[in-house]
Amino acid sequence: MNGSGQEGIHREIERVARESYGRLVAYLSSHTRDVASAEDALSNALVAALTTWPRDGVPQNPEAWLLTTARHSLIDVVRHQQVAAASEPTLLLLREEPKEATLSAEFPDERLKLLFVCAHPAIDPAMHTPLMLQSVLGLDAVRIAHAFLVSPTTMGQRLVRAKTKIRDGGIQFEVPQERELPQRLDAVLEAIYAAFGIGWDEMAGVDQRGQDLAEEAIWLGRVLLQLLPREAEVRGLVALMLHCEARRPTRRGPDGRYIPLLEQDSQQWSLPLIEEAERHLAEAASRGRNGRFQLEAAIQSVHAERARSGRTEWAAIKLFYEQLISISPTLGTRTGYAAAVGAASGPEAGMAVLDGIDLDDVSNYQPYWAVRAHLLKRLGKASEAAHAFDRAIGLAEDPAVRRFLLQRRG
Amino acid sequence: MQFALLVYESPEAFAARNSDGTDPYTGAWRAYHKALVESGAYLAGDPLEVPETETTVRLKEGRRRVQDGPFADTKEQLGGFIIMDLPSIDAALDWAARCPAAALGAVEVRPLAPESKRRITG
Repeated sequence: MNGSGQEGIHREIERVARESYGRLVAYLSSHTRDVASAEDALSNALVAALTTWPRDGVPQNPEAWLLTTARHSLIDVVRHQQVAAASEPTLLLLREEPKEATLSAEFPDERLKLLFVCAHPAIDPAMHTPLMLQSVLGLDAVRIAHAFLVSPTTMGQRLVRAKTKIRDGGIQFEVPQERELPQRLDAVLEAIYAAFGIGWDEMAGVDQRGQDLAEEAIWLGRVLLQLLPREAEVRGLVALMLHCEARRPTRRGPDGRYIPLLEQDSQQWSLPLIEEAERHLAEAASRGRNGRFQLEAAIQSVHAERARSGRTEWAAIKLFYEQLISISPTLGTRTGYAAAVGAASGPEAGMAVLDGIDLDDVSNYQPYWAVRAHLLKRLGKASEAAHAFDRAIGLAEDPAVRRFLLQRRG
Repeated sequence: MQFALLVYESPEAFAARNSDGTDPYTGAWRAYHKALVESGAYLAGDPLEVPETETTVRLKEGRRRVQDGPFADTKEQLGGFIIMDLPSIDAALDWAARCPAAALGAVEVRPLAPESKRRITG
């Protein structure tokens, strides 16, 4: 086999790994609840593919090949754990259905169960997103740690601990009952949005990892939509992420300068992404069940409208924020509402909203100080504005945002 | 829990100290310091003079070995430190990421070791 052929096979393995990883881990762990062992077994199968496929050619059904190989490896893995008594049921389960997987290309898609397991209330909420990124998308602990600003060792340990809890803590691999679905689904949506938020707010434009993470989050959202096509909030989340993604290229000047939303060239926004977002939002609205992500997407939809009309309907944004506050009165929502009120009804009204927020809650919250600085500047209160700018600059993590605020501060 | 942020700065960052104070780096530090103090987490901190002012002393075979300049010959040099009282390492990492030097040099985060101090001070 020549070099380029080898390379082609490596690319093929990468592609299969990327597309099938979550499906395979979910399926392998759905019986055993042992996510870590399933991942190990799948890694072994991928290593085996690296040696076998270049020699024998890519199998007709690569996914089924990986599943069979991983299943054999999983039996070995479980045996080696030498906890014979505890593992006996697992081994039985694994032996029970080897034929089905070998013969059939079709196996049930258990990713939805895996997503619900990753965002189970018994697992530390801070680990929901990292677990999903690893077990459903196959991201390694080093990359996840990088994005979450912790050391790779710490992230690795936390992931292992969470997986042990899944295995030994009696967490069921199942889609929650209708009754508890909304609440459990919220945790899944939150975790996906958290991945997108990290990619978006803090890192995007600064380096590649932010953009990658935002793309992975959109991928996770699409997987979820595929699995739960009738849930309005899933569509709302996907619409929200697509609306933001549509503006990515205009968030920075060619020199890396930060450009705030209102000064972005709306003609450069991606129309296909905006249209796709609008389709999801309309489909969600037809289900008649409003929710946080649909409202946030609706706010972004009003901003996107500027590409067509050339103006921003602040009154509409303010209205959506009012509904949003009634169901999700977070610091972010209240700060966004203050900015919208400031734009719709003048800076005094915006300041009144900000003054309603407890100061103890915002000592580390950068957007509050940025909005406050902006409103005070519009009111002509120079020294108070300068103080708020300083807080916003000091709390900013993105050097481009810092430079932008330093300039505005004057 | 107390943490030290050890701030490593690039030659460009050290050079900014000679500016008139209106440069973005100094401006960012001024704002960062204000945000630190007003958050209530700040305990102490100081910039150090530029690395060229440093002298390194070692005792070898009973004799003083005095070296002009820093021990390590790397591009980024220790430029200052900040001591903070914070609930967790995560909060300390947040503050390190916001530090203006993090984008140009590096910020090391280490917990202080009060147990070791007690063993020494009694």
